[in-house]
Amino acid sequence: MNMIIDMIKQGIAKVILDDFLWRSALAGIALALASGPLGCFVVWRRMAYFGDATAHAAILGVALSLAFSISVFIGVMVAALAMAFMILSLSGRMFAVDTLLGVAAHGALALGLVAITFIPGVRVDLSAYLFGDILAVGRIDLLVICMGSALVLLVLWLRWERLLLLTLNVDLAAARGVDTRRESMILVGILAVLVAVAIKIVGALLITAMLIIPAAAARPISRTPEWMAGVAVTAAVIAVVGGLSASFYWDTPTGPSIVVVASVLFAAATLLTIRRPKPKH
Amino acid sequence: MSLIQTQGVGVRVGSRRILDGVDLSIRRREIVTVVGPNGSGKTTLLKILIGAQAPSEGAVLRQAGLKIGYVPQRLAIDQAMPLTVSRWLSLSGSNGGEKHSKVADQVGITNLLGQQMTSLSGGEFQRALLAHALLVQPDLLVLDEPTQGLDQPAVASFYRLIEGVREDLDCAVLMVSHDLHVVMRSSDHVICLNGHVCCQGTPTRVSAAPEYQALFGQDTEGALALYRHEHDHRHDQAGNCESDTG
Repeated sequence: MNMIIDMIKQGIAKVILDDFLWRSALAGIALALASGPLGCFVVWRRMAYFGDATAHAAILGVALSLAFSISVFIGVMVAALAMAFMILSLSGRMFAVDTLLGVAAHGALALGLVAITFIPGVRVDLSAYLFGDILAVGRIDLLVICMGSALVLLVLWLRWERLLLLTLNVDLAAARGVDTRRESMILVGILAVLVAVAIKIVGALLITAMLIIPAAAARPISRTPEWMAGVAVTAAVIAVVGGLSASFYWDTPTGPSIVVVASVLFAAATLLTIRRPKPKH
Repeated sequence: MSLIQTQGVGVRVGSRRILDGVDLSIRRREIVTVVGPNGSGKTTLLKILIGAQAPSEGAVLRQAGLKIGYVPQRLAIDQAMPLTVSRWLSLSGSNGGEKHSKVADQVGITNLLGQQMTSLSGGEFQRALLAHALLVQPDLLVLDEPTQGLDQPAVASFYRLIEGVREDLDCAVLMVSHDLHVVMRSSDHVICLNGHVCCQGTPTRVSAAPEYQALFGQDTEGALALYRHEHDHRHDQAGNCESDTG
């Protein structure tokens, strides 16, 4: 009896893991679980441009991975981390941060695109890295995506209060004994992990969208940070499932479809709350 | 044994000296106020004491396990961050319940707990910041210009609140303040700062010191006289006048 149940269980697992649509959905949902709460921090800390710069550095990471035949995940993560720490150390000198980020984001993207053409012997499907190719997520990819997302979630879970204090006021966090520099580094670190995980799913150009749009959609209907993170996860999951379905039925590009659904959710949440005057207590 | 002590603390930014050779020490239950003109390094000194900035020279000695409740001068909460007063209080690390309602009652924000922090008025916001700092159960309460933007009766009642807090929590209080006349009445120890410690001691000693008079006017008597017409009475929360016994 047990054996039969085991066989059925294995059968279901096999069907799911073998079916590209199921794999895509699982990968997308795993990303949504992590990008929801992390995206909230990106919104609260006004790191949208920062996210762009690290995500665009991912293309440079792809070029590096192909040149040295290492895993794309590793290459992208290294490039994103390097970019993030370079910006952290350069900011505050001579140029405003957004200028610096603009240079870094587009410079890295352009450099990555140029570098890829120099790699001999490989015809690279660039659009897969720019806009994602969620339907091509393999079993190993799925495993890596789940592990990356789980890592991001675990770090956020353990450091949630500290990161909130840091986001509200650096001095306040320091007074409470938070190592503010270390926490900022950790936040940037998990952002790089998320970029590495997301490039396969939505692509370098749309990663920031996956971070910002669900969180922004959650803002008007949230009263606490945790509520906003939860709603952002929900919005991101709806976007992934909706985008995948749209792509399946109408043969639209999957990454952009996911972002379109997220944007529609954002517009709906914003319009619904704008019409109502702010409640006075 | 003092809660916190600095030894020859100095801060340099480039070639500019912001603080030089600051020695001070704060004991439990002491109310210490730092006064000084703009640019005298008051905020820098606070940041060093709370551990937000490292001094370029000298040392800061903290009692092991020292808990600091900090009320920043300003706290700009981004509109993108939803935060009720209640959640803000629980960010102090104290988990809710009786203690929250007690402190909320003490500072007078009980009816605001469900509101968003961004919707509070200046005075309400300041009290919410204080409530958070109190819930940390601090050994040392640090306040940076806590009464800025408050009117005179509100300032007076704020300082009475602080004195009550000291009794309740048995903590030391460190303030940076512009309200010289009020400070002179409610502090145990005044530090007059202008890049270095010009003079320090009891309020009466400091206000008589020539260094203090050089910073705040040759004739301190005259400066204090400006305020003399106020505070012969105060208002309780219902708006009734009480006679001021202080």
